[in-house]
Amino acid sequence: MKKPAEAKVKKVSFRAEIERLEEIVRALEGNDVDLDRALKLFEDGVRSLSRARELLQQSELTVRRVLEEADGSVSTDHLDL
Amino acid sequence: MGAGLDLFSNSASDSNEGAWSVSDVTKRARRLIESGLDRLWVRGEVTGFKAYQSGHWYFSLRDAQSQVRCVMWRSDNQRLPGPPDDGMQVFVDARPTVWEERGEFRLTVRQLVPTETGGLWQIRLEKAKAALERDGLLDPARKKSLPTYPRRIAVVTSPDGAALRDIVYVIERRWPVVEVLVVATRVQGEGAEEELCTALRLVNRIPDVDLVLVGRGGGSREDLWTFNSEMVARAVAAVRVPTISAVGHETDLALTDLVADVRAPTPSAAAETAVPDRESVTAALDALAGRLAQGLTSHTDLGKERLARTADRLTAAVQMQVGRCGALVDRLSGKLDALSPLKVLQRGYSVARADTGKVRRCVRDFVAGEEFRLTVSDGDVRAKTDGTVG
Repeated sequence: MKKPAEAKVKKVSFRAEIERLEEIVRALEGNDVDLDRALKLFEDGVRSLSRARELLQQSELTVRRVLEEADGSVSTDHLDL
Repeated sequence: MGAGLDLFSNSASDSNEGAWSVSDVTKRARRLIESGLDRLWVRGEVTGFKAYQSGHWYFSLRDAQSQVRCVMWRSDNQRLPGPPDDGMQVFVDARPTVWEERGEFRLTVRQLVPTETGGLWQIRLEKAKAALERDGLLDPARKKSLPTYPRRIAVVTSPDGAALRDIVYVIERRWPVVEVLVVATRVQGEGAEEELCTALRLVNRIPDVDLVLVGRGGGSREDLWTFNSEMVARAVAAVRVPTISAVGHETDLALTDLVADVRAPTPSAAAETAVPDRESVTAALDALAGRLAQGLTSHTDLGKERLARTADRLTAAVQMQVGRCGALVDRLSGKLDALSPLKVLQRGYSVARADTGKVRRCVRDFVAGEEFRLTVSDGDVRAKTDGTVG
């Protein structure tokens, strides 16, 4: 089915999650964090981790063909290979 | 010369009073030349080159003594990367003929190969490369780095080629998290250069593209030449997001390879470079999860330790306080003991008190005939003044 070439719906990127997670882990591994803060970081980390895992779970590759419409807009359509 | 090809045989038109018409002569000459001279390779220097609007090329080949007119039709010259320069030494594979309209002897050139190594292709390529270099497009400093985890990849290639299938196969295996957008274009033949440029420009208008793969599978030098076009190379350079160029096989190096941010030897290799491997990313994620848990544990352990230490100090402090208090109590009780009236009474003293409990300390406190209590070491005794006081 034809559809306009839109921005990616999933705004949260895998890269952002991974980077956030790395940041959290580094902070947590530091010494200047009190227990309350450590617990908060851990919770945030677990959330990032599960979002990242969720993004990784997607198993079907999407392949679409880009089309330029007569009015100059860009759309995409399913492509069978 | 074959029979019937004698120019002066008796076959002139009757209408010309026994003379030949010009057309007859040129037609006859053409037949004679074409049947008498086969295709041949000729070496000479290009001169008076002119490419017409129609796409046909006209030029002469000359050596020290002579020259011959040549034509190379568009259908033949379009296989070449570009026209020869005047003064260039070339070999041509040509058929001698006579151009009847002008009565001109000439060669119809099918193939043209410069005598220099690499030939026209190399010359054209070097020229294009120099132009790109001049404009700074080959500067390593302008190379963009590839995204680590791309989400939307544009692939500029033929929709029917093996290259696209290879790319999709590799991405599907390694990183199916991504969206592949195919910008279809012809990659060889007439008009392919323009189409490729249009496709590359279109890429800049697709939102959120992280990365572009441009290329094709293997083919002949002529087939791959589109990717040596200066125009196409410039279009690759104008793509705003990182680009990977993959043209043909390992050994093929195209101009687009030099301009792209990364050159991959094959389309499959381009796909391998473009996306991470889900397995290893999952492993990295697991490692991060481990560090996350360890990070928290170390803090709770630290907390526990601190708590234990605090408890120890608390106990010690309390014990110390208790000890201090004990000593104080001992000291005070010693004092108290010393001051105890009982001790005094045991020594033989006694205390006289009124019934109200008031201690009768001196003679004045006593009233004559009044009863009072006398406390001795082991109890009270009722007593009474005998009536005289003092």
